[in-house]
Amino acid sequence: MNQVVASMAGSVWKIVVQEGETVSNGQDIVILESMKMEIPIAAEVDGVVKELKVSEGDFVNEGDVIAVIE
Amino acid sequence: MSFTKILIANRGEIAIRVMKTCKRLNVKTVAIYSEADEQAPFVKMADEAYPVGPSRVQESYLNIEKIIEIAQQTNVDAIHPGYGLLSENAGFAKRCKEVGITFIGPDYTCIEKMGSKIEARRTMKTAGVPVIPGTEDPVKNVEEAKKIANEIGYPVMLKASAGGGGIGMQVVSDDAQLEKAFDGNSQRAKNFFGDGTMFLEKVIENAHHIEMQLLADHFGNTVHLFERECSVQRRHQKVIEEAPSPLLTEKTRKNMGDAAIKAAKAINYANAGTIEFLVDEDQNFYFLEMNTRLQVEHPITEQITGIDLVEKQLEIASGKQLDIKQSDLSIKGHAIEARIYAEDPKTFFPSPGKITNLSLPKGEHIRHEIGVEEGFTVTPFYDPMIAKLIISGETREEAIQKSMEALEQYVVEGIKTNIPLLSLVLNSKAFQEGLTRTSFIRDYIYPNGK
Repeated sequence: MNQVVASMAGSVWKIVVQEGETVSNGQDIVILESMKMEIPIAAEVDGVVKELKVSEGDFVNEGDVIAVIE
Repeated sequence: MSFTKILIANRGEIAIRVMKTCKRLNVKTVAIYSEADEQAPFVKMADEAYPVGPSRVQESYLNIEKIIEIAQQTNVDAIHPGYGLLSENAGFAKRCKEVGITFIGPDYTCIEKMGSKIEARRTMKTAGVPVIPGTEDPVKNVEEAKKIANEIGYPVMLKASAGGGGIGMQVVSDDAQLEKAFDGNSQRAKNFFGDGTMFLEKVIENAHHIEMQLLADHFGNTVHLFERECSVQRRHQKVIEEAPSPLLTEKTRKNMGDAAIKAAKAINYANAGTIEFLVDEDQNFYFLEMNTRLQVEHPITEQITGIDLVEKQLEIASGKQLDIKQSDLSIKGHAIEARIYAEDPKTFFPSPGKITNLSLPKGEHIRHEIGVEEGFTVTPFYDPMIAKLIISGETREEAIQKSMEALEQYVVEGIKTNIPLLSLVLNSKAFQEGLTRTSFIRDYIYPNGK
């Protein structure tokens, strides 16, 4: 199991995968918006998206878990 | 009629900048602030300050009805929109007019005309202002885009008509790249601006981004206040600006000034405005866009002309006639502005956080425009620009030298800033030689990527 965490504080602008989807290492999971910049947050392992912990529009702090990949 | 009280529908350094002139002119100021900005310096500086909503701009600084409500309750004469946020929102300018509050900027019809890049191109071409070779109408699909790109010749710039800040914009070198880029950029533009209309322009090689500052009143008087060279950019946003430009000859300066005045007159423009041009190294210039507001980099123009642009904005908006003629204006010395961003100097990723230590260089030739203070937390909700350092010199060499010294003494701790990048740019031989093309950072600072 691998957690995808926010690399900085910001809002969740777009979620680009769905729960149950198979993703590969380096694939974008969500796009955060911080200081008017889009910051893609990618998976760091191959696997299946087990859980998405955020919704579009949510505010996340640095280190918050965004998704769980199995 | 002069204004006695105005509302500033903005935040950070520009809110403070506007208030400085208001204080000098004895105009009372009303600030509005989001939850995240409750402790911000601009809130303390205003004569009155009112909460406008939660931290996100959509719920606060872009909430037109709430802002109008505060303006009516506080009985202000006018609203200054600053830059960004609602400054180029025709709907807001129109709403102000409807409720009888003066919008300190042009009429909303001018904002509308210049807000659509395709319409702006058409208007300028008709007015006889040179435009970059490209499409006159929206490009419907990728097939049509390919046909046009082959006619004007690769490389071409794919652009969103409603775009800004580099969003929905991409250089493509062949059919395959264009095919790959078209739908994605159109979709991004639709997501960001609600309009996915695309158009194409030829890429101008070795281009400089140079803009002309204008002032126009309601009586048909229009003057230009010379140029600003704004070529050094990262992520299509300006980092260092200077005035005058090291590229322009006196003849080109005059021709660009005349073209800018012609552009403003073509749309009956009144207030401060800026015409952005791309200029190649053979002195050919092409209309890029018009900014119908005060620019971030306006202080360098103030430094070389001695004119307070915010004061002129207030005078024009209150119905006064311009008291300066073109023949009154001349360039005195050289000015450089360095934008201080809360971001990583190499990756350009934002760096929000608490400023634990702040120490600014001091000197007669140094001007600060700053929206933060020690102990203030830079939040992730707004633009990463936290301050501007403006340096004046007798000559370009002196201004560069003094800028480098000032940046060495500029201390911001607790967050990352782009100060190391600014120093690299000013210290580079290429900048000192005036080779400030829009590709500057890629060409000279980070040639291996970014």
